[in-house]
Amino acid sequence: MGKFEVNLKINNIPVTVEEGTTILDAAKKLNFRIPTLCHHPDLCVAGNCRVCVVEQKGAKALTAACATPVSEGMEISTNSAQVRTARRHVLELLLSEHRSECTSCYKNGKCELQELANEYRVNETTFMKLVEEKGYTIDDFSPAIIKDDSKCIRCQRCVRTCTEMQSVSALAVINKGEHQKIATFMDKPMHSVVCTNCGQCVTHCPTGALVEKNYIDQVWDVINDPELHVVVQTAPAVRIGLGESLDLSPGNRVTGKLVSALRRLGFNSVLDTDFSADLTIMEEGTELLTRLKKALVEKDTETALPMTTSCSPGWIKFIEHKYPEYLPNVSTCKSPQQMFGALAKTFYAQKKGLKAEKIVSVSIMPCTAKKYEANRPEMRDSGYQDVDYVLTTRELAMMIRQAGIDFVSLPNEKYDSIMGKSSGAGVIFGATGGVMEAALRTAYEIVTGREVPFENLNILPVRGLQGVKEAKVLIENVKPEWGFLEGAELSCAIAHGLANAKKLMDKVKSGEMSYHFIEIMACPGGCLGGGGQPIPVNDEIREARMKAIYEEDSSLSIRKSHENPEVIALYEEFLGEPLGHKSHELLHTHYTGRKKY
Amino acid sequence: MENKEFKLVDLIFETEGCDVGVVLDRVLKRTPDDIIMDMIDSGLRGRGGAGFPTGLKWKFTRSESAYDKYIICNADEGEPGTFKDREILERVPMKVFTGMAIAGYAIDAKEGFIYIRGEYRFLQKKLQSQIDEFNLMLENKGLDFKIALRWGSGAYICGEESALFESMEGKRGEPRNKPPYPTITGFRNKPTVINNVETLVYATMINKYGVDKFKELGTRDSHGSKVFSVSGDTPKPGIYELEMGLLVADFVKEFGDGDAKAVQIGGAGGTCVPRKKFDDFIIGYEGVPTGGSMMIFNSSRSMYNVLHDYLEFFTEESCGQCTPCRVGCQQLLKGIEAIKRGERPPSYLDDLKSLAASMRIASKCGLGQSVANPFSTIIDNFREEIIY
Repeated sequence: MGKFEVNLKINNIPVTVEEGTTILDAAKKLNFRIPTLCHHPDLCVAGNCRVCVVEQKGAKALTAACATPVSEGMEISTNSAQVRTARRHVLELLLSEHRSECTSCYKNGKCELQELANEYRVNETTFMKLVEEKGYTIDDFSPAIIKDDSKCIRCQRCVRTCTEMQSVSALAVINKGEHQKIATFMDKPMHSVVCTNCGQCVTHCPTGALVEKNYIDQVWDVINDPELHVVVQTAPAVRIGLGESLDLSPGNRVTGKLVSALRRLGFNSVLDTDFSADLTIMEEGTELLTRLKKALVEKDTETALPMTTSCSPGWIKFIEHKYPEYLPNVSTCKSPQQMFGALAKTFYAQKKGLKAEKIVSVSIMPCTAKKYEANRPEMRDSGYQDVDYVLTTRELAMMIRQAGIDFVSLPNEKYDSIMGKSSGAGVIFGATGGVMEAALRTAYEIVTGREVPFENLNILPVRGLQGVKEAKVLIENVKPEWGFLEGAELSCAIAHGLANAKKLMDKVKSGEMSYHFIEIMACPGGCLGGGGQPIPVNDEIREARMKAIYEEDSSLSIRKSHENPEVIALYEEFLGEPLGHKSHELLHTHYTGRKKY
Repeated sequence: MENKEFKLVDLIFETEGCDVGVVLDRVLKRTPDDIIMDMIDSGLRGRGGAGFPTGLKWKFTRSESAYDKYIICNADEGEPGTFKDREILERVPMKVFTGMAIAGYAIDAKEGFIYIRGEYRFLQKKLQSQIDEFNLMLENKGLDFKIALRWGSGAYICGEESALFESMEGKRGEPRNKPPYPTITGFRNKPTVINNVETLVYATMINKYGVDKFKELGTRDSHGSKVFSVSGDTPKPGIYELEMGLLVADFVKEFGDGDAKAVQIGGAGGTCVPRKKFDDFIIGYEGVPTGGSMMIFNSSRSMYNVLHDYLEFFTEESCGQCTPCRVGCQQLLKGIEAIKRGERPPSYLDDLKSLAASMRIASKCGLGQSVANPFSTIIDNFREEIIY
């Protein structure tokens, strides 16, 4: 059915839009912003906060602009006296249910409710405060996410995120009327339910009801302790996201400023997770080839294929809960963060002549699940907790502000050595399809001795925001030792966002599709859209960040993980070979299944 | 204002000479369009309370081209003070089913469901066997239509049509955004006719006696008769089918105990008519519409307590999804309590009234929108009882 045009008037100004457009979007076209809270471009329409109500001529009641499509001849007023009164009432009601401790709130200045309350000059004392009377609990048991019901405005953005976008359904609406609230299964703490710690609820929460657990004070403490040597690693997606929290527009690459800022904050050594991303490719690429050899040549039925990536801790927790039978398919490689952590307190300590117990390892991640990952019992192979503190991109931005650093004017500086060098392959880990692309760049070359047959090494079929992507790579003219792969077609799939991961896994499970290698990232867009990245987020912003990631890749002289000189040196001096004894000890792990709730 | 004398009617519960098989045979000989024309012509409006013209509802649904369409009988009778649907389902269930089958024939639906209040579980066995019997009769008549029962679980909000669909689909009972309306996107997102129990019986009776007999009753905008659930301070509580358009004063004369100070018309979400206004309104769409609940209060009753009870009810029964209803109900309740305790000044009532007015226009569904009805009418007429 073709789209028809609809003519209407908004605030007496005629406008023509496509059939199906909401009043909200039609108004936007005329540069009228209608305030919203429950609405989010990533999510389905809810129409429940009612702050976007507008007046429609001839209608008895007001209309929710976010939930109502335009119709021919409609006359809308977005700012009548009636609308303003209703909106003010809605805001006053929300505030009466909201524990306002704005000055100490983590979301102060970034809270959508606060912003609207300010805009409408809402009087918080008009109605009676309901918060204390009802009682509330703050769930801060999880190392990743804090859920504070007293700040919740019941917009259900988190519920829709968790259910639609992520297929996790850790959060749901319970009870009705005055007792209605957002809860986990049996209202248990977030860390003991099916929650993957992906933090998408955090990036979609308009208030401070869902925030990451922040470790800013702890990190200041270790920085200020002269006895300690504090190393910091920065994930690929941080360098293309951080600017958004520091007055820059989406899509700005700020790698050099990021390094400068970290140095100015007082970290002893500023290093790069991209380095360990390259290392991951060496290990994971080799693991894939080994698995293929075992399965195809040795006919070993125990070898699980397809192999899936293991970099995304949200995905790991998801598969532990939802597809535990597929855990053998997960690459045994730790994530780049954890590889880095394990090496920081072993290899790095040895090279720098430092005692491991004097090293504090901090990571800056676009992710909240990384906080959980760092605290996993599996992640202590250095003999210590491999990564001590994980900060999100947002927390780092806050530290930079606290330190009074004028970020935008900072000079560009370079990462320290060792473990500070990266290839373009390491950088693209931050985008969906990036691990696949990086792995293919290396694995194809190992097997054939030639570069991947894509222009400028850019494997375009694996890029972009499409939910599930597939790619096939024909392997020809291989080196003699890889003869068994001659003529084979490597079949790959990529999913980002856990709802897409579920779609893909269900197809694998049902036998509808079969692959050799699957990349899964828990967050839409991959790490660039991670739960620890600047807020707000939507597809437009994800696209901008993605563009920046690939620009960063192109700007680097080394584009392939196996050409990273620091990685080569690491194998020569410390690890021996990929999948070697030392690697197994420090860089690989296994996960265990969990229950479905 | 046109008003009607007190007159008992016997259409809904009439059993003598009412062979639903004969009614159905007559219906099946006519075209669906003729049936719908009759329904429109009869002026029958939804008896659940909202009063949407039944014939139009059928017509809109008929004009949808979807293969799957549904008829739903809304028997989630939960409005405080209403108990007529239970009685209808107990006494004349076949007439309800027949109304559904007529609707099904008219809009070309093959399945009908009765969504019945969880508290009416005691009816299950009997009702199920009657449904089986009726389905068999339809099969014998060659009409491709089947009826099944679906049970609510005690949430008032599930009587709201779109929340009812959600509940039937196994989801949390929360009203949907409208548009789209059920005639286009209803149960399972298919075109759906959802009618109240009583409405469906009138559909049967209109097809039995013809449009004219129905139109003889009632006023210009309120055709026919209506079943009322009379309760409160009355010597004769119960269920009565009366001609529409009765003056509130005449109603009180008939049912009151001689000391009525107010009648709450339409349940907790309805309108409170005080003694001084008994002569000003008729019961009907030109005056005060009702789904049937008529609660009479005499001078021994505290209107503060009455309002307090209603607000407690809404505070608990709001589904909680939209702000004006979820929080607004709590604020109205806590507000009148605070005024009573002297913690807020009497002028706070005006803030609350203004809030109630916003709830009326900004809430997502009829529940939140209707809270202002009792609130404003009780506050306006019994302000001193609320404050002191």
